[in-house]
Amino acid sequence: MEVMLWSALVLGGLGIVAAFVLYIVARFFRVDEDERVAVIEELLPGANCGACGRSGCHDFAQACVNATSLEGLCCPGAGAEVMARIADIVGLTAVSSDPQVAVIKCAGSCDKRAVVAGYSGVRRCSVVALTGAGPESCSYGCLGCGDCVDVCPFGAMEMDSATGLPVVIEQKCVGCGKCVEACPRGIVEVRSRGRKNLRVWVACSNRSKGAVARKDCKVACIGCGLCVKACPFDAVTISDSLAHVDPAKCRLCRKCVAVCPSGAIQTANFPVPIKSLN
Amino acid sequence: MLTFRKGGIHPPQNKFTESRPIEVLEAPGSVTLLLGQHIGAPSVPVVKAGDAVSRGQMVAKAGGFVSVALHSPVSGVVKGVRQVRTADGMMADAIIIERTSDDAATYTELLRDDEQVEAMSAEEIRGIAREAGLVGLGGACFPTHVKLTPPEGTAFDTLVVNGAECEPYLTCDDALMRSCASGVIDGVRLAMKGCGARRAVIGVEDNKPEAIAQLERECATMTDVVVERLMTKYPQGGEKQLIEALTGRRVPSGQLPASVGVAVVNVATAFSLHEAVRFGKPLIERVVTVSGLDVPGGNYRVPIGVAIDYLIEAAGGVPASTEKIILGGPMMGRAAENIDAPLTKGMSGVVFMEQGHRPEVTPCVRCARCVDACPMGLEPYLISTLARVGDFERAAERGISDCIECGSCAYVCPSARPLTDYIRYGKVIIRRNKKK
Repeated sequence: MEVMLWSALVLGGLGIVAAFVLYIVARFFRVDEDERVAVIEELLPGANCGACGRSGCHDFAQACVNATSLEGLCCPGAGAEVMARIADIVGLTAVSSDPQVAVIKCAGSCDKRAVVAGYSGVRRCSVVALTGAGPESCSYGCLGCGDCVDVCPFGAMEMDSATGLPVVIEQKCVGCGKCVEACPRGIVEVRSRGRKNLRVWVACSNRSKGAVARKDCKVACIGCGLCVKACPFDAVTISDSLAHVDPAKCRLCRKCVAVCPSGAIQTANFPVPIKSLN
Repeated sequence: MLTFRKGGIHPPQNKFTESRPIEVLEAPGSVTLLLGQHIGAPSVPVVKAGDAVSRGQMVAKAGGFVSVALHSPVSGVVKGVRQVRTADGMMADAIIIERTSDDAATYTELLRDDEQVEAMSAEEIRGIAREAGLVGLGGACFPTHVKLTPPEGTAFDTLVVNGAECEPYLTCDDALMRSCASGVIDGVRLAMKGCGARRAVIGVEDNKPEAIAQLERECATMTDVVVERLMTKYPQGGEKQLIEALTGRRVPSGQLPASVGVAVVNVATAFSLHEAVRFGKPLIERVVTVSGLDVPGGNYRVPIGVAIDYLIEAAGGVPASTEKIILGGPMMGRAAENIDAPLTKGMSGVVFMEQGHRPEVTPCVRCARCVDACPMGLEPYLISTLARVGDFERAAERGISDCIECGSCAYVCPSARPLTDYIRYGKVIIRRNKKK
């Protein structure tokens, strides 16, 4: 009987002491956080991808609450609608931003590039890249092991088993750029989605001179410069025998696509194929 | 017998070409000199297309302090400076020279005798090494003049000379020590002078008795140069392993041998330094072993810049059983993707590997054989897993950057796990993150 009594007293006493300590801590060490932070965080994708330039979604939400203007604060994953709601919550005006999307600058599918060497090691692009050019003839192109697919926090990439190249699912892609960091060859580019989601880009990363590039891959950019001449808006430039279409200047006329002798320039979402335009 | 303390393995030695003499291979119709074939800044061309060059003439100058000059191994005409495909399939800048006339310079006349060498300063010797394009011929291709320069505030007291040649198959250093022992010893003395060390220790594995005997005979009267017999164990020729075996000193993690007062050069590098100082001959050729299970193979003195293909043809062609052609030794060398590529200064061997049984990669069974084998005292199973899952911070804490990539862990792994691949990958990412 005595044992039970003592036990109850000791445990009860401990409970009271602990409760008092908790009260003191809760009272004097409280950190006030704006409840809007939690509301905003709820709206965000929660992928912590870092595309906004902050260390994660919570950090971004805090930055929004503390900001005096939403200039420079944009969550590419959430889109314009969510940014407008965030603007409402913090009482600022939303700043329109240019939505981004990833494009693959390689079209060297299995039938376009020769396999010149065997590879039996770890199937990961970043490891294959350490051995040199990899099994395919082009030393600039996609290695096809899907590092970009593995790293994507939004599930916006998948490997096409027929071509051996990654495909961007543009409905899911937010342009966070994780894939750009992951790719050891630098063949992923995050660029403007373009007006009405229409895009024109050079799907090649081969910086070799024309003859070598042609030998590497049937659809390589050979740096011939026809696209530069064809473009009425000076949107195409060539450096190191590789063309690049500047999305800011491109007016989507697709003249460059029509003249490209190797078919290295790709388009997305145009309703009419370029061939039927001519 | 001397050896390093931790780890190490005993792969089959397969030194099939160990009794073969050095055969001199004549230069082909054209040579291709890669501008970036050493560690450091690429060389800068000083010739242009159409220029006539003679054997031994400088065709590219050093592109910085950590860089060396490049010389033509043939007399002929420069065809151009353009991009070529290297052995690993990448594109790189190179000078292409067509051989048109018989090579004039033979470098048999003594340029500096003992008296003149005695009067030279350490800087002068290092200057010659730089001008002659000398790099470490063991495979790393680090400029020799940089290696011999003591870092600010330190001094070298010992020169360690690497004659271990612990890689299986390779016998090029062995052949050089057997046939040119006096030149090697002279090169060692010049390197001592160049770095300021008072004594030199030459370490040779005990599977090369002939080489040890030749070297010992050459330095019998010298008190400051000794030849030491090393246990035949891989990676005995690793820089840190060799220093530990020969001097008992341990190079601390993340530091250079200079921190314990030691400079390390390869025997082939020492021999090239001898040729450069005594005869004024730049680094325009090297000894290469061609070997494999189904080929006679041999040791060849080959001009730098010949197509690897040409060397292979001269040695009897690629045997039918070949699955991989390894450039360098089978443990640390790299599989060639393109054998039209030019030979570089660091290529010590061409090894044909036949189609072998490749066991399936299975999960780690925690047997810790890799831990026993690691000569750096690391835990390869752990750091490779950390690198694989992307936890580079913890991998760095566990000393991933100390890994010398010798491949001992992957060699002993009963689950055939590609441990070294993942560790190498982790090291690259950590280095990249540091630069950011």
